[in-house]
Amino acid sequence: MSTTTETASTPTGAATGRPRSGAAPEGRRPRGRDLLHALPWIGPALILIFGVVLFPAVVMFVNSTRDISISGVDQGSVGFDNYLEVFSFPYFWPIFGRTIVWVVVVVAATVVISLGLAQLLNKAFPGRQLVRLAVIIPWAASVVMTTMVVYYGLEPYFGIINTFLVDIGLVDTPEGYGWTRNPDTAFAWSIVIAVFVSLPFTTYTILAGLQTVPGEVLEAAKMDGAGPVRTYWGVVLPQLRSALAVAVLINIINVFNSLPILKVMTGSIPGYDADTIMTMIFKYIQNQHKVDVASALSVVAFLIVIVIVAVYVRVVKPMKEV
Amino acid sequence: MAVTAPAFETIAPPVKRRRRWTQDQVSLPRVLLRMLAGVVVLLVFILPYTIMFFGSVKTKAQIRSVDPTYFPTEWHWENYLTMWSTPETPLVQNLISTIVISVFATLLVLAVAMPAAYYTARFRFPGRMVFLFLVIVTQMLQPAVLTSGLFRQFVGLGLVDTWAAMILINAAFNLSFAVWIMHSFFAGVPKEIDEAAQIDGAGRLTVLFRIQLPLVWPGIVTAIVFTFVACWNEFAASLVILSTAGNQPLSVALTKFVGQYETSWHYVFGVSVVAIIPVVVLFMLIEKRLVGGLTAGSVK
Repeated sequence: MSTTTETASTPTGAATGRPRSGAAPEGRRPRGRDLLHALPWIGPALILIFGVVLFPAVVMFVNSTRDISISGVDQGSVGFDNYLEVFSFPYFWPIFGRTIVWVVVVVAATVVISLGLAQLLNKAFPGRQLVRLAVIIPWAASVVMTTMVVYYGLEPYFGIINTFLVDIGLVDTPEGYGWTRNPDTAFAWSIVIAVFVSLPFTTYTILAGLQTVPGEVLEAAKMDGAGPVRTYWGVVLPQLRSALAVAVLINIINVFNSLPILKVMTGSIPGYDADTIMTMIFKYIQNQHKVDVASALSVVAFLIVIVIVAVYVRVVKPMKEV
Repeated sequence: MAVTAPAFETIAPPVKRRRRWTQDQVSLPRVLLRMLAGVVVLLVFILPYTIMFFGSVKTKAQIRSVDPTYFPTEWHWENYLTMWSTPETPLVQNLISTIVISVFATLLVLAVAMPAAYYTARFRFPGRMVFLFLVIVTQMLQPAVLTSGLFRQFVGLGLVDTWAAMILINAAFNLSFAVWIMHSFFAGVPKEIDEAAQIDGAGRLTVLFRIQLPLVWPGIVTAIVFTFVACWNEFAASLVILSTAGNQPLSVALTKFVGQYETSWHYVFGVSVVAIIPVVVLFMLIEKRLVGGLTAGSVK
């Protein structure tokens, strides 16, 4: 999406400095005063960002070194004991590994399917607009609600997806496979749902990227005798690089942070055989009422997110246009 | 997760012209093949919501029947009236919670993000880049990873289990995206327009409201829709912050039906249909701006 030509040719106020007001020659104002002038405009945003995003992060870091009772009373510092509890939990490393599987499989499948979908939606055919609108639905709809339909569908006997699988012969008995009772199958279905709800954003990002592919280049490739496959790999995909970078990184963050799908699909399964870091954090908070340990694990998750954000800022360079 | 901030660069620069590179003569079989693929994609994407809708007009006996039918045999529209008094959770209050939290969080975002977006797009000042960097970084953060901190903070403030807490949280976490998208729209308006107005004696606020707003409203609508839909569907923070059943939004309330001895799935789906339709319509309204690089600065 390197469609920066327009912005470059239209200098904005920001790019060329403050608009000169009137004809009066204006001396360089002191910088402090400029900031002071800006504060009424950006101050409320700063308060909200610091007060409700960054400060809770600090609270979380502090809490991760405290001993907080079940009723929420701070009982003093415990150093790194909470971290020790997180890492010594016998299921921690399986959960960590599962988180990686969760993110990698969902993002990879999403991107591959989206590449195909975007290709189709970029072609002219009657009814294309309708298909594009349908693709938006899982993006707008509540993930909880989308997941609950699948959960119901997989229920033994009366679940409609299970019934379908029985009818086409993939499942032997109407009792079903116990899809949502068994951690592995529940997790696998969760991956399917996560891919499904990630497709719209990814497809639309790639679609936007496809529109930056210059028509002349494609025609030139055609003239040179390149077939569709060759054109796609040699011309289209390289043009999609920045769109893909955005899509992959934002998806990684979203999928890593995703809670509702696994909460609905695997939340009622006892044990920790279908948990990711994110669902484990919420189990610490809600089931065990250990906000201190939850904070320690959250800090670990937060650091992972920060690393991804850093990669994002480096690779996508969102600042280069402001 | 449903609502994702779209890529910054898909927002900002206007794509010169939508170019379809398959415009040249396409054979009929090929078009039919595309249509076939289109129909398959369409069906797959509406499938869960069709199941939802069909389920919502079945009776409890029908939806829990061991010999289920794919299509409803009779249409029990009365479910849409009776579902609100189901004992599992106070659904009317949950709906009101969802609406109140989403509306006020969106208004707060609008009130806070618009001035910031306008000023950073129009003026240079020390700390401007730092501010915009902050915006980008917080845009990538989501409540889920900070929930334990948010919970402790709002316990400390005495705001835990209140709508106010969720309004603030939703507003804070959606603010960055709104700032960013509006910033790109404001930046797309030539500054000569401002200057002309100022020469004519308009003040800065007059310029913002009378000159800029009519030009950048597509960006503002986009920001409003994204924010509203994100708040409407928020789950992770609400789950921990709102403990009283009546305070919870629908997204949290509905999860209580899972694992019930005899889940009233027909009601779950009726409520889901009611909750999903408005946000899907909103999203479809801004579909053009999702594709056309969110055609920022379409005023040029």
